[in-house]
Amino acid sequence: MKFETAAGDNPIDRGKVVGRATPRIDGPLKVAGHATYAAEWHDQSNLAHGYIVASAIAKGRVNSLRLEEAKWAPGVITIITAQNAGTLGQAGPNAAKLLGGPEVQHYHQALALVVADSYEAARAAAALIKPDYTRADGSYTLAAVTGASKSDGILGQPGDTALGDFAGGFAGAPVQIDATYTTPDLAHAMMEPYATIASWDGDRLTLHTSHQVVDWARRDLAKTLGMPKDHIRIVTPYIGGGFGGKLWVRADAVLAALGAKAIGRPVKVVMPRPLMFNNSVHRPATIQRMRLGAGHDGALIAIGHEGWSGNLPGGDSEGAVQFSRGLYAAPNRMTRNRLSQLDLPEGNAMRAPGEAVGSIAVEVAMDEMAEKLGMDPVAFRIRNDTQVDPEHKEKKFSQRQLVECLQTGARKFGWDRRNARPASRREGDWLIGMGVAAAMRGSPVLRSGARVRLVAGGRVIVETDMTDIGTGSYTIIGQTAAEMLGVPLNWVTVRLGDSNFPVSSGSGGQFGANSATSGVYAACVKLREAVAARLGIDPAKIKFAGTKITGSGKNVTLASAAEAGELTGEDTIDFGGIRQQRHQATFGAHFVEVGVDIHTAEIRLRRMLAVCSAGRILNPTTARSQVIGAMTMGAGSVLCEELVVDPRFGYFVNHDLAQYEVPVHADIPHQEVIFLKDPDPESSPMKAHGIGELGICGVGGAVANAVYNATGARLRAFPMTVDKLLEHMPVPG
Amino acid sequence: MRAFTYQRVATPAEAVAALAAHPGARLIAGGTNLLDHMKLQIATPPHLIDINRIGLDQIETIPGGGMRIGALVRNTDLAAHPQIRRDYAVLSRAIVAGASGQLRNMATTGGNLLQRTRCPYFYDTNLPCNKRDPGSGCSAQGGYNRDHAVLGVSSACICAFPSDMSVALRVLDAVVEVMGPDETSRAIAIADFHRVPGETLPVQEFALAPGEMITAVTLPPAPGGWHVYRKVRNRASYAFALVSVAAIIEGTGGAEKGGRIALGGIGTKPWRSSAGDAAIPHGAQAVADALFAGASPTDQNRYKLLLATRTIAAVLAAAKG
Amino acid sequence: MPNPALTINGQPMGFAMAPETPLLWALRDGANLTGTKYGCGVGDCGACMVLIDGAAQPSCQITLAEAEGRVVTTIEGLGAEGPGGSHPMQRAMLAEQAVQCGFCTPGIIIAAAGLLARDADPTDAEIGAALTNLCRCGTYPRLIRAVRRAGTEMRRTAAPVESMIR
Repeated sequence: MKFETAAGDNPIDRGKVVGRATPRIDGPLKVAGHATYAAEWHDQSNLAHGYIVASAIAKGRVNSLRLEEAKWAPGVITIITAQNAGTLGQAGPNAAKLLGGPEVQHYHQALALVVADSYEAARAAAALIKPDYTRADGSYTLAAVTGASKSDGILGQPGDTALGDFAGGFAGAPVQIDATYTTPDLAHAMMEPYATIASWDGDRLTLHTSHQVVDWARRDLAKTLGMPKDHIRIVTPYIGGGFGGKLWVRADAVLAALGAKAIGRPVKVVMPRPLMFNNSVHRPATIQRMRLGAGHDGALIAIGHEGWSGNLPGGDSEGAVQFSRGLYAAPNRMTRNRLSQLDLPEGNAMRAPGEAVGSIAVEVAMDEMAEKLGMDPVAFRIRNDTQVDPEHKEKKFSQRQLVECLQTGARKFGWDRRNARPASRREGDWLIGMGVAAAMRGSPVLRSGARVRLVAGGRVIVETDMTDIGTGSYTIIGQTAAEMLGVPLNWVTVRLGDSNFPVSSGSGGQFGANSATSGVYAACVKLREAVAARLGIDPAKIKFAGTKITGSGKNVTLASAAEAGELTGEDTIDFGGIRQQRHQATFGAHFVEVGVDIHTAEIRLRRMLAVCSAGRILNPTTARSQVIGAMTMGAGSVLCEELVVDPRFGYFVNHDLAQYEVPVHADIPHQEVIFLKDPDPESSPMKAHGIGELGICGVGGAVANAVYNATGARLRAFPMTVDKLLEHMPVPG
Repeated sequence: MRAFTYQRVATPAEAVAALAAHPGARLIAGGTNLLDHMKLQIATPPHLIDINRIGLDQIETIPGGGMRIGALVRNTDLAAHPQIRRDYAVLSRAIVAGASGQLRNMATTGGNLLQRTRCPYFYDTNLPCNKRDPGSGCSAQGGYNRDHAVLGVSSACICAFPSDMSVALRVLDAVVEVMGPDETSRAIAIADFHRVPGETLPVQEFALAPGEMITAVTLPPAPGGWHVYRKVRNRASYAFALVSVAAIIEGTGGAEKGGRIALGGIGTKPWRSSAGDAAIPHGAQAVADALFAGASPTDQNRYKLLLATRTIAAVLAAAKG
Repeated sequence: MPNPALTINGQPMGFAMAPETPLLWALRDGANLTGTKYGCGVGDCGACMVLIDGAAQPSCQITLAEAEGRVVTTIEGLGAEGPGGSHPMQRAMLAEQAVQCGFCTPGIIIAAAGLLARDADPTDAEIGAALTNLCRCGTYPRLIRAVRRAGTEMRRTAAPVESMIR
């Protein structure tokens, strides 16, 4: 099915299943401990365990791995290294090799895999390996290399954009803000580490692994291992979080495959947590300069946003500046995205890449400007709203409800109780402040396929290689099929995460929910046609409701359609036309109240509210989960999360979950989410948008603005930890 | 984890005998620290002696005043003990401020006293660390040291001592009872139990002699006063202290009240001084000036001086009520 | 000391594994009880929580040797006697939809079960302090409600006299 024009009325509009708050159908399995994650396919006999040996240096060469002692350690079967692994390819998304040596490209790069009979034996033997290295000088400090940066495109968009005359517009603006913000390197820190069980059957490879996009895993493994894609099967039905960190094949998958091939037995590789931070990928740090020029009436005259980030050669930039490109109106505009070379571990996509951290700089700068103008920050944002893409004025937004989000949120949150004068509200030892920020996140879609089977009894089976990384894919796909075929949700079985199923979009970039359910919609349309043909009903008249089929004078059960044998509908949705003619994005507004201890500068969240507009909300329960989770992650990124670089050794120092501080239970207070829910016919047949990443955009800015309102301290280097905030605090009276 | 032999003992006497018989052996109780170090090969003992079933798990009232806490009393049980909560509230509060409920179910009184540092360089065997590998150097100096100590530091080591419980024990003037290889006992004042690193190696962290085992901690008669444990951290729970203040303030409402005060998070051991205690009637700045005499902060952790001063002020203000 | 034996989910179980093996690996690789998860291996994340003699503890921080003779309950065995073979906390997690990717879920249920066994009426602050399990999906507010809901159910089913004494 090709989606090219705005969707008309369709069966999804009935809203009997889709759009209803529905408990996730994978829940019972998960609370019972029976969901099988990657490392849990123990039906395979003779499983061996692999342990990764990782580089102790950040850059240089391995002179000798010195494997002798480990080779003869108890339980060791073999040791895989670059020397005995054969020629390996390198997939496009991987900037560094997944099996390094003799050249070392980053700290904790995998250099070997010890394969042994047990995990403890493999780990003990791996610890015996003390390679001999020659260190080389590397570049590890972003601020030191911004001078040597180059313009870098952002996901097919240009690195630099300009409209009007930014320099002139800014210089002539009566009110100006020129401020520089920094965001740190951030870790996905998903709870399930990378893990793979690999097994070979002749020249066919099966990987039980943890991956967000099955088809990309196959493609990239085929390239890396030099084998045909169709000889690889990927199985990944349950995934313990991804957040972008599982978009690409990592060392566990490649090394498990190599190990299993070498010993002729299945091999399991779980990446140890201390390697997760330097072996894999992270969100790169940014330096961002914001220049805003406005008139006294509050209209923006000029917006300039420059961003710098670094990566290994071949890696991408963190395109923070894209957040500025579509959000606010201003006649004179400029964005510049700059990439420098660093020898830190590889930077890559993490939840709302670019936009999550770009929004922090933009939305704090907006707060600074509102204050300078003497305007309310909500009113200032509304004043600068636009209904056309500010860089491409011929392009309308398919749906843009930013103003409604801001207004609704201000009302619900009690924004009118905010005192604009900083540090003016105190309760006991707490300084209380409120902050607001706008949220915007692009809403891309990708080609996505599915197969829907009508089987005996009228039961329905959906099969697609779509993944559920905690997002709720199982449930919304089941809801889609149930709606399309007029059955209750419990008549539908959803099977995901297997490359034997039709290729889907996978999960990532906030494209999964809209794309994959649209693919299921397309397959259901095919199945409905097949049912119509079998029953001799006019396909234009056929209706599926209440497990019955009606049309052309017939009224039969759905089960009867399957009596002559299973019927299957399979299709792939493709997007074009209206999708290209419109700017497709989701919008929201974040409101945050914080308390800051007047003595110690400890920041504690008190209330959070997000108002979100993302087309039809397919399932308010799972959508809400996505938004509150993203709010939590976004708050962490400005309050406590930071990968600390030691530029002497070129690595992230705090590489465990004790020292990389993600928010804990006690950090997260009352959170509320309001959805506007209006369907967007120009987005897809589902009239929906993704929502998984909208919630992280802007929230960090809202927290920072609340801290300013509470204390009068404007921090521009994130996270806002006590060591930074304390000296700017008002003196306790 | 490197292979090791394992032995379970039934009495304290068997434990010290086993220690004497196995050079390099380590005692294991809660295991919340040692086992992690073994997995990361920070510690590689050839022999483990499991003392979880040797008793020493009672909390007793000492006739004439004071309490005796067995070395194997779990943190959860100690913090919840009614008499500890009533008479030694600073201890109960300090324990609850540390780690997580589940770790406190495992962690023991003796083990908590022996907590090792959380310095990230200590935890990564690829990096120099004098505490882990004497003579290799101190990576924290010149590296990441925002969380590190400003007091009791040396060129060999600047890591902060992480135990919350020990800071409270310091302010309570607790005494650590240990048993030696010949089953003789001796008592070590808490002030002497934790040691600051000298300029020479290896870094001695504890006053335990080889072959000695902690058997109990005794608390002097209930000190009275107003007890507080205030722990400052970026995350709202489950993080080590940037600064912590354990204090017992005598009298309430008066300006010249006395008391005792110990600091955590800022020293290589729990930090307290008679000058600091004496300065309490003169206010937070005076206390901080006394305690931080001779402080040696880095550019990254200099904030701890101001933070400690402010936290002490908050505690004194709260005591004033 | 060959084949350390312990009671797991009501069944005596021996392990042909080295006694220094962390209980976590014995459960997962030996007993094929994979509901107990590896998240960090050093007690930081809480994904491997089990009940040992009724108290919640990370199974990565206790060896098979130390666990000998103890009574261990994993997520698979929790609430085996309850309606539908489930514990009130498992039902509450579904009722409040406090599950996302599900990887931290078993450890959180165990930690909450351990808390509620001691105190079926904890305050929100007590819940927040007791459940330091990390959840990167961010289910925290729903978890608080789930623990409260499970506690309510447990108080209702507990002997009335007992609840009055509390």
